[in-house]
Amino acid sequence: MTDGEIREIELEALPAEALKLKNSGYRLIQMCVNRRIGQDFQLTYSFGIGLDCVHLRMLVHPEDEVMSISSIYEPAFLYENEMQDLFGIHISMISLDYHGNLYRLDKKTPYRPSEEKES
Amino acid sequence: MKVSKSPWMLHYDGSSCNGCDIEVLACTMPRFDVERFGVINTGNPKHADILMITGGINAQNRPVVEQIYSQMPSPKVVVAVGICACNGGVFKDCYNILGGVDTVLPVDIYVPGCAARPEAIIDGVVKAVALLDEKRKTMREDKKEEGQ
Amino acid sequence: MSTRSIVPFGPQHPVLPEPIHLDLVLEDEKVVEAVPSIGFVHRGLEQLVEKRDFQTYVYVAERICGICSFMHGMSYCEAVEKIMDIELPARAKYLRTIWCEMSRIHSHLLWLGLLADAFGFESLFMQSWRIRETILDMFEESTGGRIIFSVNKIGGQRRDMENSMLRGFLTKLDQVEEQVKSITEAFLNDHAVNTRLRGVGILTKEQAYGLGAVGPFMRASGIEFDMRMRGYDAYKDLDFRPVTSTECDSYARCKVRIGEIFQAIDLIRQAVDKIPEGDIAVPVKGFPNGEAFVRVEQPRGEALYYVCGGGKKFLERFRVRTPTFANLPGLLQTLKGCQLADVPILILTIDPCISCTER
Repeated sequence: MTDGEIREIELEALPAEALKLKNSGYRLIQMCVNRRIGQDFQLTYSFGIGLDCVHLRMLVHPEDEVMSISSIYEPAFLYENEMQDLFGIHISMISLDYHGNLYRLDKKTPYRPSEEKES
Repeated sequence: MKVSKSPWMLHYDGSSCNGCDIEVLACTMPRFDVERFGVINTGNPKHADILMITGGINAQNRPVVEQIYSQMPSPKVVVAVGICACNGGVFKDCYNILGGVDTVLPVDIYVPGCAARPEAIIDGVVKAVALLDEKRKTMREDKKEEGQ
Repeated sequence: MSTRSIVPFGPQHPVLPEPIHLDLVLEDEKVVEAVPSIGFVHRGLEQLVEKRDFQTYVYVAERICGICSFMHGMSYCEAVEKIMDIELPARAKYLRTIWCEMSRIHSHLLWLGLLADAFGFESLFMQSWRIRETILDMFEESTGGRIIFSVNKIGGQRRDMENSMLRGFLTKLDQVEEQVKSITEAFLNDHAVNTRLRGVGILTKEQAYGLGAVGPFMRASGIEFDMRMRGYDAYKDLDFRPVTSTECDSYARCKVRIGEIFQAIDLIRQAVDKIPEGDIAVPVKGFPNGEAFVRVEQPRGEALYYVCGGGKKFLERFRVRTPTFANLPGLLQTLKGCQLADVPILILTIDPCISCTER
C-alpha cells in the first residue's frame, strides 16, 4: 500500500544497514518517528535510489540510545536533532548536536505525554 | 509636516504560512501599489512607522517581535495581518502557538482573512496612516501639558 | 592567521521574507562555516491531527505553506486516498495536474522576483511579480482564492473548471509565455546579473546527491531526476523531461527554474488538450486504516508525506518532509567559502520556504 518497501530491522543493525544502502548508492530521503506502539517509538528512515525507495523501520524504547547515522549520511543531523527535540529520543554521536535546541521550544518534547517525562 | 505623508512600513513574519507575507509584498507591487499612499517597505525597524505582522506568536519569535517594536520610534502603529496574527487562526490549538500578536504587543489594526486579501491589507494600511496622525497629535498635546 | 568572528544573520533581515537564523563564522570577509537554527515559524501542526478529523485536516495541510498550498492539500488527500484505496476519476487527476503546474509557475515567478530583489534589481522584481498576478487571477477565477484554494477534498475536487475557462487560460498562458521570455533575457543575459550569479555557490553533482538535495537546486547540479517521472496523477500521460543544467552555480539554478516555467506552461497545454469529461469526485465512506507514504514534486523539490490512521475519525500521525528541509545541508555547503555579501543570494537560490520546513 505504500510507496517503497518497508524493512523491519533491529535497532543495533541500523548503522550497518545504513552503510550498506549508502554503498549501493542510496540517498537519504527522510527520517521520522511515526508512532507509538505501546511504550515504544517506531522510527522510519527512508532512502531512495532513482524513483524507488526503501524504508528501514525499527522500534525504540524511550530510554534506548539510538546510534546516529550522520557520519554515514551527512544530512541526517537535522532529522536526528528534530527527533530529539520533538520526541525526546536519545541519539548519540550526532555530527552537529544542538542538544535539544534546534527548535528551541518552550514546551520540550511536545510529542511525549508530560507525566512520562518526569519519570 | 505630517508623518502620514510618508510612513514607512516594516514587515515581520511571525509564524505565518507565507500566504499573508506574500500578499503583503504583493501590495507593494505595481498592481496594488500601497506606495501611492507614500508607504515604503523598509527592513530597518528604526526607520519604520508601521509594523505589519503576519502569523501568530510563539516562544521563539516573541523576543524578536518585542525587540523590533521597541526599536521603532514613536508614534508607531501595529497592524496584525491575517487571522493567525489576529488570534492564532487555524493554528490556535498548536502546542507552539501562544496566540495572536496582541498577546505581546498592543495591536491597533486587525486585518482579517486567510490569506488576507490585498484589498483588505491596503485598507488596513490606510487606516494605519490615519491613526499615525492621531497618535502624533496626542503625543504633542501630552508634551505641551508636561511643559506647562 | 586571520581572526575569526561570528556574525548572526536573521531572523529579521531586509532580504528575508521569512525568518531564518544563521550563525556565520567569518574569516575576514569569507564565510568558513554556517550553523542554522530554525524554529521561528514552528507551529507544530503535525500534532493537530489529534484535534482535527481527517477530512477537516485538509484545510490545515493546505496551510503548511501559502506558496505551494495547493500541492500540500493535494498530497495529503492522495496519501489518505491511498490508504482508503480510492481511485480518483480521470478528470479530477487532470484538474489536479493543471492546478499543480499553475502553482509551479507562480512559485517560480515569485522566486525570480525575490532573487532580483536580492541582487538589487528592483524593476525586474516588480516585472516578475506583475506577470505572476496573471496566474493568481487564473487561480481566483477557477478556485475563488488567490493563495489558499480549498479545492481539494479526499476523493476528488470541489470545483470543476469548465472547458471554456480552460481555453481562456491557454490564451492567458500565451501572454505569460511572451512576458516570461522578455524577462528571461534580463535574468540570463544581462551583464550585471551574470556577475552576481555566475560561479557563485558551486554545488557539484556528487555533493548535491550526497547531501540529499532535491528539486531545481539538485537539477541545477546536473542530476536528471524529478518526482513527476513517477507518473502520479495525469503526469503519466504527459510528455516531459526534467530541466537540468551542468553549471552547478546560482546562474544554473536560475536557468533551471526559468526552464521549468516554460515546461509547466507546456504541461498545462498538453493536459488541457487531453482532459477527459466526467465526474470530479467519488464518495468517501469509512475511516482510513493503515499507512501510506506519498512523494510528489513541489516547485521546490521532492516532498514526502506520511499518513497513518487507525480506523478512527482522527489520524494517528501525519508527517511531512518538505523540500527546503532536505536542501538545508546543501545550502550550508554552498555557503562555505563564499563572501559575506553573497550570503543573501545563496540563501535565496535554494528557494527557501521556512514555514514548510518548520511546520
